[in-house]
Amino acid sequence: MNRREFLHVLSTASAAGLTLSLKPALAEQSAEAVYDAPAFGNVSLLHITDCHAQLRPIYFREPSVNLGIGGMSGRAPHLVGDAFLKQFGIAAKSPLAYAFTCLDFERYAPVYGKVGGFAHLATLVKRLRATRPGALLLDGGDTWQGSGAALWTNGQDMVDAAKLLGVDIMTLHWECTYGQDRVKEVAEKDFAGHIEIVAQNIKTVDFGDAVFKPYTLRGVNGVKVAVIGQAFPYTPIANPRYMVADWTFGIQEDNMQKTVDAARAEGAQVVVVLSHNGMDVDLKMASRVRGVDAILGGHTHDGMPAPAVVENPGGKTLVTNAGSNGKFLGVLDFEVKAGRVADFRYRLLPVFANLLPADAEMDALIARSRAPFESKLNEKLAISEGLLYRRGNFNGSFDQLILDALRAEKDAEIALSPGFRWGTTVLPGEAVTRENLLDQTAITYPYVTMTNMSGAQIKQILEDVCDNLFNADPYYQQGGDMVRVGGMAYSCDPTEAMGRRIGDMSLDGKPIDAGKNYKVAGWAPVAEAAREAGGEPIWELVERHLRARKTIAPPKLDLPTLKNVDGNRGMIL
Amino acid sequence: MIEHSWTDRRGFIRKAGLLSLVASTFTLLPRLALAAWNKAAFDSKTLADAYQAMGVDAPKESADVQLLASDIAENGAVVPLQAVSKIPNTTQISFLVEKNPNMLAALFDLGPDTVADVTARIKMGQTSNVIALVKADGKFYTATKEIKVTLGGCGG
Repeated sequence: MNRREFLHVLSTASAAGLTLSLKPALAEQSAEAVYDAPAFGNVSLLHITDCHAQLRPIYFREPSVNLGIGGMSGRAPHLVGDAFLKQFGIAAKSPLAYAFTCLDFERYAPVYGKVGGFAHLATLVKRLRATRPGALLLDGGDTWQGSGAALWTNGQDMVDAAKLLGVDIMTLHWECTYGQDRVKEVAEKDFAGHIEIVAQNIKTVDFGDAVFKPYTLRGVNGVKVAVIGQAFPYTPIANPRYMVADWTFGIQEDNMQKTVDAARAEGAQVVVVLSHNGMDVDLKMASRVRGVDAILGGHTHDGMPAPAVVENPGGKTLVTNAGSNGKFLGVLDFEVKAGRVADFRYRLLPVFANLLPADAEMDALIARSRAPFESKLNEKLAISEGLLYRRGNFNGSFDQLILDALRAEKDAEIALSPGFRWGTTVLPGEAVTRENLLDQTAITYPYVTMTNMSGAQIKQILEDVCDNLFNADPYYQQGGDMVRVGGMAYSCDPTEAMGRRIGDMSLDGKPIDAGKNYKVAGWAPVAEAAREAGGEPIWELVERHLRARKTIAPPKLDLPTLKNVDGNRGMIL
Repeated sequence: MIEHSWTDRRGFIRKAGLLSLVASTFTLLPRLALAAWNKAAFDSKTLADAYQAMGVDAPKESADVQLLASDIAENGAVVPLQAVSKIPNTTQISFLVEKNPNMLAALFDLGPDTVADVTARIKMGQTSNVIALVKADGKFYTATKEIKVTLGGCGG
């Protein structure tokens, strides 16, 4: 068996849910081997999601804490570190281990280098399209937000890059935080004739009319393929409702079934859902909705090397998740015979910037779009002695830096920072640039808030957010991480019910008093009143803090004491 | 001047000047309902009191009653609900919210040959079970769903 055949067997085996232990040192593999992806079947779908406006290659550390609770305990996507490698048969210390896990991140980041970047992604897309004529490129959303340049151009840099990349179809989440009018403007002007936005679950508030087409039917090598859009169901809750005042979202499972049925009735031989539900929600939906061949998922930023195969009353549905920040390209090949899917292959290819040359045309576009901001973005604010990252259920070192800045600059007893899952990584010894800071903070509602909150109110907030993360029913999960808490100690039992997860709240060793008021600093308020109050943008506050210090010691993470999660395979301590 | 932007019904109605007309038509409805206003039921502070005031005895959970609503409310002040009853001779559909200060949020008396499919927009103060209560041939049937009211923010 040669290497090519071996890798083929590997991909088939992992696609079928089996695991293989990979003995050869993948670290020695050439780019050719990493990207050896022989074509299969007659319908191919390429999938990107949650790139969060990262046009240039970046570092991104995957989480060391991504707990699954109840039925999800120890199951993908709730696996980290060695448990992840074992589940998917990936060799330790290999480029794939570096791409998919946080293991020895500081050691391997300088070795294997940056990931993602649209110029490198474009090269990979072109290679795959060369062997897969007619392939559709699907974008799961969270494309226009996540960088300073995207914020300053109202998402235009990403709109132009997505068009040049050749995206065919997309769905939405953070795009909506530029406001419904901006989204419609792009859909009707820039995207007309290029990219179709689909969403079966966005309707008008007044009459329940569809805002976008629920699905689009495309011919691929003579096969009719329906792509149904599922936008992030909780956009008006997790983000400001005033941004999408005339639109209503929700999971809308019944309407999803009707949409699948309508697509099949129209002659679709392949039906896929381009989803921004988050993986746990997708897994539940796949177990209940009939007639979907695959759900290509995002939102929860879970880079999954192999799909989950979910049984439902109509048959089987594949569920994939393609990670975040431009790190990965999903490749789903279907063999369609006699009007139905007979077989498939799936790969999630990491985009190693060192292994894929930059596409010249895309590189030039990115350079042009960055030019007005280049010097502003590259400005160095401080040197970081430690690794700065965000992703993880409870805290990340960049979030700790934000919490420390909030408490210091606002003279607050407690600081709260949202559990976003986007945000790139800064290596130890590197300068923190304004671009790095905006990678963590660039949103359209960046206002810093100062509030006197009672101990009871603080507990309610923590309980509320914790339930969005750990509710036993995925349909009640919103897909973010826990709110980061600076200054205040607490304990968390993710296995408990809402209202009973948070305990042992204390400040400087003294128990928090439910009736007493505390000075709490935060940012990213979703209420319209907070916009009118107009607090300072968070990046200005953190920049002031960084400049005054010049050198930042590795932040000491404020983490809750976790209960009842010993042995959980979604956690490395 | 020719307008080309009648892209949705709201825009069309606004431009056609019909919105006020629609609104004034709807204002007639509450007056019709007044005829059968069950004050005791709407004033009830507990589920047991509401059921008593409505003459509900031993309601049965039924798969023929459907309660359609979001799992998480987008806005606790305006929560859209829909109830559909497939039970023959359905004459009444109500919405009750267990944790609201007043349980009974809406009650529809249906005439003969009326399709048993109603919608309402109700207010919820906190996460609660919501009950769609159907009366048919003097018996009561329910569908229950938890609707979460959350502070929001912090999305991935």
